[in-house]
Amino acid sequence: MNLDIEVLRNEILGVIGPANSGKTTFLRAINRMNDLNVNYRQEGTIVFDGTDTRTISETLLRKRIGIIFSLPQVLPVTIYQNVAYGPKVHGTTARSVVDGIVEDALKKAYLWDEVKDRLHMPAPKLSGGQQQRLCIARTLAVGADVILYDEPCSGLDPISTAKVEDAMRQLKADYTQILVTNNTKQAARVSERCAFFLMGELVELSNTDALFTHPRDKRTDDYVSGRFG
Amino acid sequence: MNHAQLRQKIAFALLGVATLMVVVPIILTIVYIVLHGYSAMSWEFISQPPKNGMRDGGIFPAIVGTVYLIIGTMVFSLPLGILSAIYLVEYARDNTFTRLIKLSVVNLSGVPSIVYGLFGLALFVMFMGFGTSILAGSLTLAIMSLPVIITASKEALESVPQAYREISLSLGASRWQTVRYCVLPYAIPGILTGTVLALSRAAGETAPILFTVAAFYLPRLPRSVFDQVMALPYHLYVTATQVPGIPQNIPFATALVLISLVFLMNVISFVLRAHYRKKRQW
Repeated sequence: MNLDIEVLRNEILGVIGPANSGKTTFLRAINRMNDLNVNYRQEGTIVFDGTDTRTISETLLRKRIGIIFSLPQVLPVTIYQNVAYGPKVHGTTARSVVDGIVEDALKKAYLWDEVKDRLHMPAPKLSGGQQQRLCIARTLAVGADVILYDEPCSGLDPISTAKVEDAMRQLKADYTQILVTNNTKQAARVSERCAFFLMGELVELSNTDALFTHPRDKRTDDYVSGRFG
Repeated sequence: MNHAQLRQKIAFALLGVATLMVVVPIILTIVYIVLHGYSAMSWEFISQPPKNGMRDGGIFPAIVGTVYLIIGTMVFSLPLGILSAIYLVEYARDNTFTRLIKLSVVNLSGVPSIVYGLFGLALFVMFMGFGTSILAGSLTLAIMSLPVIITASKEALESVPQAYREISLSLGASRWQTVRYCVLPYAIPGILTGTVLALSRAAGETAPILFTVAAFYLPRLPRSVFDQVMALPYHLYVTATQVPGIPQNIPFATALVLISLVFLMNVISFVLRAHYRKKRQW
């Protein structure tokens, strides 16, 4: 896979393409989650905030770049403990401070109103959409600047999907987001620029409107209009 | 009833019979031991040392000795076993060296216990100079218990969903923090089961303690870890075969005490596992 992409601050960058086109690999390379795979090889550099991501420690990198997985993954503990887990491993344990962080994160993730009275309920009992927003809150609680989304709404119903998309729009002002999605319409709704990946190759990257209405590459046109994919 | 249903009924019946064939002998054994040993059981039996050439009195020193050996085995084998399992599951790369380690662990569980006894004699009693002692006996039993603890802990750790590790790492936790907060707590029920299994075996084995710690007759309690001690399995052997004219209910009562001790350990493990399961909303 050969890539040369620049991501702009505070944008929502959509990444679309059929299955196995390398979108998830690309996403996970950014916060070095691919390093968990022993067979992974990478050449070239990913520069974040002026530094090569391979020269920072992974724990610090992942603190600033968070990832939301496709299936809502919550730890089998309470809602509060899920969000507080990040601060805990980074050394913040003072109860009042953590309380503040948890509330702030849940508010930003558009989930506070729904759970504020039941913070000590087991997180797995939440609905899928709520769990995904909990995952977003978790990432925000450690102080992330960049949020990566790996097909976050693939298992969710339309209402939950809408709520997650609302959260993304709300976060735009302070965070940079990259959204990998199988759902081209979602990319059209949410992102400002969009990249089309096909079979491990970046085919085209342009403004979302342009990509969908008059794409430069024929393959993009075929995918976006549904001739394959 | 058609042909397939008939065959299913026969298959289930055969499987049920096989289960009975396993369960019934165990129950019969326990019942036999209870019937023959019950008459010797009394508070005096559990709390007094043997008298009159072990034909009278109680088995208190043997009970204490076995308890000390269980504790000693736990002290040496539990940390080593769990940490090894954590290393093998969470940190080790898949290369020839680690495969060799895993193979060795599996093979060690098949080594006959008398071989462990001889090994313990050579290494701990003689070479390291501990003499026949609780220390030597515990170390020998610990080595014997390690394969079971490592294997059970490995399986418990591997059964924790990979998603938990991914979540933790993606939030910027280190590998060790991930193990400590996101993996280990959920593996504890499995680790406990393996540990109790291993310790029960250690409590009941005669061969490893034969040359390393067991005393034929030592009515006083041990004063240090370098002391010899009586132990229930060995005492069972002694009272059953080495003492002429002993009332037959004494060896059976000793067996009953040993079984009860193992049973008690299993109950404790059950309670601990239930407690952890409840706490973790697993």
